Amino acid sequence: MVENRPFLNLLSHLVLIVGVVIVAFPVYVAIIASTRGPNDFMSGIIPLLPGPHTLENYREVLFAGVSTSGAPPIGPMMLNSLVMALTIAIGKIAISLLSAFAIVYFRFPFRQLAFWAIFITLMLPVEVRIVPTFKVVADLHLLDSYAGLSIPLIASATATFLFRQFFLTVPDELAEAARVDGAGPMKFFRDILLPLSRTNIAALFVILFIYGWNQYLWPLMITTKPEYYTIVMAIKRMADVADAIPRWNVVMATVVLAMLPPVLVVVLMQRLFVKGLIESEK
Amino acid sequence: MRLRKFMAAAAVATFLVPGAVTLAEAQTQIQWWHAMGGELGAKLEEIVENYNKSQDQYQVVPTYKGSYPETMTAAIAAFRAGQQPHIVQVYEVGTGTMMAAKGAVYPVYQLMQDAGAEFDPSAFLPAVVGYYTDTDGNMLSMPFNSSTPILYYNKDVFEKAGLDPEQPPKTWADVEAFSKKIMESGAAPCGFTTGWISWVQLENLSAWHNQPIGTLENGFGGLGAELTFNGPVQVKHWTNLKKWQDEGIFQYGGPVGGDDAPPKFYAQECAIYMNSSASRAGVVANAKDFEVGYGMLPYYDDVEGAPQNSIIGGATLWVLMGHEDEEYKGVADFFNYLSSPEVQAEWHQFSGYLPITQAAYELGQSQGFYEKNPGTDVAIKQITLNEPTPNSKGLRFGNYVQIRDIIDEEFEQLLSGNKSPQEALDAVVERGNALLREFEDTNG
Amino acid sequence: MQNKRTIFGNRVLPYWLLLPQLAITFIFFLWPAAQAVRQSFLREDPFGLKTSFVWFQNYERLFADPLYLNSLKVTAVFALGVAALSLVTALVLALAVERTVRTSRAYTTLLVWPYAVAPAVVGIMWWFLFNPTIGILPYVLSMVGYRWNHVVSHTDAMILVIIAASWKQISYNFLFFLAGLSAIPHSLIEAAAIDGAGPAKRFFTIVFPMLSPTTFFLLVVNIVYAMFDTFGVIHATTEGGPAQATNILVYKVFEDGFIGLNLGSSAAQSVVLMIIVIALTVIQFRWIERRVQY
Repeated sequence: MVENRPFLNLLSHLVLIVGVVIVAFPVYVAIIASTRGPNDFMSGIIPLLPGPHTLENYREVLFAGVSTSGAPPIGPMMLNSLVMALTIAIGKIAISLLSAFAIVYFRFPFRQLAFWAIFITLMLPVEVRIVPTFKVVADLHLLDSYAGLSIPLIASATATFLFRQFFLTVPDELAEAARVDGAGPMKFFRDILLPLSRTNIAALFVILFIYGWNQYLWPLMITTKPEYYTIVMAIKRMADVADAIPRWNVVMATVVLAMLPPVLVVVLMQRLFVKGLIESEK
Repeated sequence: MRLRKFMAAAAVATFLVPGAVTLAEAQTQIQWWHAMGGELGAKLEEIVENYNKSQDQYQVVPTYKGSYPETMTAAIAAFRAGQQPHIVQVYEVGTGTMMAAKGAVYPVYQLMQDAGAEFDPSAFLPAVVGYYTDTDGNMLSMPFNSSTPILYYNKDVFEKAGLDPEQPPKTWADVEAFSKKIMESGAAPCGFTTGWISWVQLENLSAWHNQPIGTLENGFGGLGAELTFNGPVQVKHWTNLKKWQDEGIFQYGGPVGGDDAPPKFYAQECAIYMNSSASRAGVVANAKDFEVGYGMLPYYDDVEGAPQNSIIGGATLWVLMGHEDEEYKGVADFFNYLSSPEVQAEWHQFSGYLPITQAAYELGQSQGFYEKNPGTDVAIKQITLNEPTPNSKGLRFGNYVQIRDIIDEEFEQLLSGNKSPQEALDAVVERGNALLREFEDTNG
Repeated sequence: MQNKRTIFGNRVLPYWLLLPQLAITFIFFLWPAAQAVRQSFLREDPFGLKTSFVWFQNYERLFADPLYLNSLKVTAVFALGVAALSLVTALVLALAVERTVRTSRAYTTLLVWPYAVAPAVVGIMWWFLFNPTIGILPYVLSMVGYRWNHVVSHTDAMILVIIAASWKQISYNFLFFLAGLSAIPHSLIEAAAIDGAGPAKRFFTIVFPMLSPTTFFLLVVNIVYAMFDTFGVIHATTEGGPAQATNILVYKVFEDGFIGLNLGSSAAQSVVLMIIVIALTVIQFRWIERRVQY
């Protein structure tokens, strides 16, 4: 701060408090709704104070499921989401490390081409190529499987790009020294490059975990068995009941559960998350 | 290696009930993708469970695939990838697309014949089955949940407004007059709302007033049909809807099924509500603080021939090609079970869907169901009110899913004041016909 | 492309290292994309039973279709709306956090977490808040005399989706602005302050120009986000309505292909979208390369 201006400081706090409140408001309403009984939504407006039904709502969605909305218990679905998010995050990091290593530390024919082939995946959001991708996955018999949920989303230009940028900043002397010592490239990769990339890996993990957890259209397309449903895809389905008011209390309980893990990851690993975000896009 | 595999299998087996494992393996599995959420979905699962318990040869596996369009597209995408279910529930507007897909669809009459199942097409209600037969009278899909729009009203609000709670509005003039009275008396802030603008306020409106929806008997006569529902009756009705919306008498419940309409009725905001007879289960479950009355759709009494008869909506079960004969035998067996009077009567009485066979209707009568539950037979009376004319038999157009969307869009243009009623309906017809020609090109 | 001076000499190893990435890229990205391109030249029934080659007819119809042109317009309004709203809000918040030294970390924590919420979930929450029958916001608005109805009013629907899509993006922009602000040399600002420049003047003459690379970068990122990552938001709120007033390009691809079963047109739309993303990505990439090199 350059000079002391009490009014401006006060204004800043005011702006921030308003900002925090606006940002938190939808979630506050969702949490409140998840504590109410089913009849509290008929009267006309959403209640704004907590109700007494918290435990029973959460117990219902977690363990019993809302079978009338085609929603199995949320517990196993959260587990599916976790498996999917972890596979995507770890898979992406693994293959991106390898390919960035190849691109930075080797010269070989078609290097440029390989780089662009990877880079172009950034340009094809899954929504745009959903029908042909579905067919590929079906042909490989990957429908209704964890592999089908995660592998098609593993290729990542962003992660490759981040590691490439990072490897470029690693001092040449290190590789030089490794070569003089007679260490092979994989040894250099394992003993020097990987440890150096630790923070980058962790930071990227946060971002990719969120990416994987929040997938919506893809799991919706390729799962037909409730054993493989993920929590995010189930929410819209629960809110979409024909000829009846959605059961807002359980929908919102599911909403809260669906956002809890990624939000926790962000809050608990805030420093890494910020780093990951800013590095991966810079 | 082999030993390890064996050990793993044994380990898995011990976790499961041994009996269940052998049973599941011995049975032929039949996949059924459906679009029944909510209370209806629970009932459907109950029916399937009863069937699975009733015999040990086949096991039907129901999977909820979301809304009607989602279910249909999922099945088509799966078909293209060779992963299709045996049975898929397709809504009536998808009928044109399914019928054109020769080679993908196993017609039900043929399936029954090939499987050697007992099957009597004449046992079905003509008003229901007529919608799903080809020009030779062969049944192509299995009717499962057919409904027709009816009128629900809030008896308590009627009473508060000084209206006779036993008297639903008969004509649109009644609807307007009743609504005004309700709003002026402060009994409710809105007169009426409706689900399904396309199905209720255009298609059924046309049939109910014996006006054509399209040429060639509403498309039953071939792919060359054109839409014609921009006639004077329809224009007059949409003019009124716009006027009523401006006056607050009518509140729009949103596109497609009109998801915002039922809450308006349940929250006692709107006193009258038009929607599928199958909404009855939901209405009864949600109308906790007031009594519900039932009536037929309103009509304009200055239109000759009105009321004619209403047309159905809902969905039928289509069988997809590409499976084993043994499995199709199971499908046939399951269809027979589904259409048995007991199952049908139970499903119909629970859900408000029409009974698909004469026997199921008669069973309900002999059980005294309709006397005990007033309003439950409004739908049946309404579709059988008169002998169907070419205008009121139903409709059969390709690309109709998109045409439904167009109807919603143009209706919204009307409500927001961007288009006049005539302009909006003309636009529906023009844009719809373009889609019909495209469908003819692709499938002709 | 930048290069390392020190490299390893193996000939085969790099291909092995690249194999997993390239295999997945090829199978799940390039091959389906090629299929989409092929499909865009075909006319086919939904089941894939009858297929005919129609050259550019799908494209011709597309660009003659007023609804597609409408969707282009809607997408532009939506993307710019989201970018403007979330950038301005984020910048204001970032400037405020800069001023509050001691509590800045706490505020940052309270502001960043929406990034983690899935678009579909965001959509459901805003839909709930704006629900014409039970929503709290229409109720508040009706008290000040505004009849909110996003199922009829095009403007209301657009506002709804812009707010819902921006909400999530604010935290992202905020973090980048914060990083951008902390990179501005303190000496510059102090010098200006000594010269008697007030906070407003300093902002417009020093801070904002110094932030312009960040702003430009965020603008592109936000536009890409609004165009492609907001499917879940739209799907959970307006589903493109009323009367296609919020039917952005990505949603239209899905609508026409998935719901309408018009595969040829949908594929042609995919191809157009691919071209748009490629253009945007190249702009972004150029910028990144330049920044890395200075």
